[in-house]
Amino acid sequence: MNNKILEILNVKREFTMGTEIVRALKGISFEVNSGEFVTIMGSSGSGKTTLLNMLGCLDKPTDGIYMLDKVNVKELSRDQLAKLRNTKIGFVFQAYNLLPRTTALENVELPLLYNPAIGAKERKERAIAALQAVKLDGRFDHTPNQLSGGQQQRVAIARALVNEPVMILADEATGNLDTRTSYEIMSLMQDLNQNGKTIVFVTHEPDIAGFSTRTIMLRDGKVQKDSMNTNHRSAKEALASLPAADDY
Amino acid sequence: MKLFNLIRLALLALERNKLRALLTMLGIIIGVGSVITMMSIGEGSKESINASLSSMGSNMITITPYSNEPGGARLGGSSFKTLTFKDVEAMKKNAPDISIISPLASSSGQAINGANNWPTNIQGVTPEYLDIRKLVIKEGIVFSEQDVRASAKVCLLGKTVVDNLFPNGEDPIGKVIRFGKIPFQVIGVLVPKGYSNFGQDQDDLIIAPYTTIQKRITSSIYFGSIYASAINEGASDAAVNEINSILRESHRLRQNQDNDFQVRTQAELMTMMNSTSSMMTALLTAVASISLVIGGIGIMNIMYVSVTERTREIGLRMSIGARGIDILLQFLIEAVMISITGGVIGVVIGVSAALIVPKMLNWPTVISEFSIVISFVVCAVTGIFFGYYPALKASRLDPIEALRYE
Repeated sequence: MNNKILEILNVKREFTMGTEIVRALKGISFEVNSGEFVTIMGSSGSGKTTLLNMLGCLDKPTDGIYMLDKVNVKELSRDQLAKLRNTKIGFVFQAYNLLPRTTALENVELPLLYNPAIGAKERKERAIAALQAVKLDGRFDHTPNQLSGGQQQRVAIARALVNEPVMILADEATGNLDTRTSYEIMSLMQDLNQNGKTIVFVTHEPDIAGFSTRTIMLRDGKVQKDSMNTNHRSAKEALASLPAADDY
Repeated sequence: MKLFNLIRLALLALERNKLRALLTMLGIIIGVGSVITMMSIGEGSKESINASLSSMGSNMITITPYSNEPGGARLGGSSFKTLTFKDVEAMKKNAPDISIISPLASSSGQAINGANNWPTNIQGVTPEYLDIRKLVIKEGIVFSEQDVRASAKVCLLGKTVVDNLFPNGEDPIGKVIRFGKIPFQVIGVLVPKGYSNFGQDQDDLIIAPYTTIQKRITSSIYFGSIYASAINEGASDAAVNEINSILRESHRLRQNQDNDFQVRTQAELMTMMNSTSSMMTALLTAVASISLVIGGIGIMNIMYVSVTERTREIGLRMSIGARGIDILLQFLIEAVMISITGGVIGVVIGVSAALIVPKMLNWPTVISEFSIVISFVVCAVTGIFFGYYPALKASRLDPIEALRYE
């Protein structure tokens, strides 16, 4: 199954800052097939965030073609983009971005609320299934401030999964977590990938990139390197090799 | 998002900021409460005026002499001598919309019974006058047409006159009193009507045949006024037209001459009285409405704060698929919830106040459904109007910026 989820062809993005034109992306091309686990790496200012916003349909390219699941994003209106985000993309943010004082279950249900095709019963069932998939049984009624960072990020992943997107888009999803928890999250990501989910993961940590099957390096708004990780690490093994957790 | 979910969301958001929501509602509560109270007081006074006017007879038409400016100097109406019995006869014969008619020749003077005396007003009329003015005999009888023709010295007394001339509670019927120098036999006593809306004692009068008054007291063939009753309330205007043309003819007024009389219906009087009270109501309501507007501005203010506070939430909602309209509705419904909840509390307070006012201040109040409905509509409109701009601002946020907002 060589199904192209993303097709990016000579994408450019320019911002006008006063009189100056800042060229954040200077012509990027790559494709992502269904079932790939891609990490996008790059230093600060390399255009990572701009690319991510574009991939997430939060922004449109100034020039070039971006096809998401065979839909040309450039031709869509604001509302059509919202619908695309709702049905095709699952976001995972660095800062989790869960709604405060709202239970885990309700947080996960949120994307389905914006999908008129799904009723209350199905919404709840799917949210429970998603939370179970990230191994958070028994924490349905916890609010974010009753959960640890890793647990909050898993709620966020469940929220990204619940609408069955074609792609999960993670923005520094392990950036706020310690190594052990990061590895747990990556292990979860690898499991999801093995079950057929396409994952695009933006990070600047090389060891996190090592868990993916492919790495795209950005530099100054251009693709510097696009390489397959032939022997990517298993997060489970990495987790096992860590020294036992110290209980202070 | 479905409407049900939007409403649930708005209620949750309000529940999380209970005190803030309540304080925001306060302006609306005070506004709605005072609008309802003011309108009920206004309606109450209007209704009591109407009740007292129609107790005088709602079909009543009054004809009085009127200045036609002889020599340029305007003089008071009663000093004009234009209405005579000929006019009464003409109207009786030629005005089909008039059912009953009575002239009125009145005079003030001292009523005397033995050692007691009382300054009062004697009204010379026909027996129909009692029907026109809705006066009812409590004891005794009304004088007859025969008495009118014979200029009989008989009279009916109002309660105030009875109280003053017969302070010991004797039965006045059959007694002879004097009005000035003329003796009158009391043949009846009227049912008391109390004070009119203008503060006039409606029981301070003596009623006698007009012929007696004209011949023995005023020595004049002219009437101070003529009272008539239209066949029904709807016929008042037709009756007025008939009276106008009949009187112009019998007074031989030329085409370009002004009327030397004036015709007033009770309906006109009612409109006149009501216009005063309507103006007061409008004024009070306007003042109360200002607080409603201020309440609306309060909502707008707090909604702006709420939007700013929840910028990240808005960004998140947008990134997971909320359209602009979803965000707009979320905040709009929250604003409308605040204003409608405030409206409900305001209605409760306003209605309670309208129920308490008559007991505390003795002002009549009438709670009209109209005022409740209108304040409800105004609340919803206020919520939409003042909630719209903050909601629009929220819906137009750039999701990328909003997600990064600190």
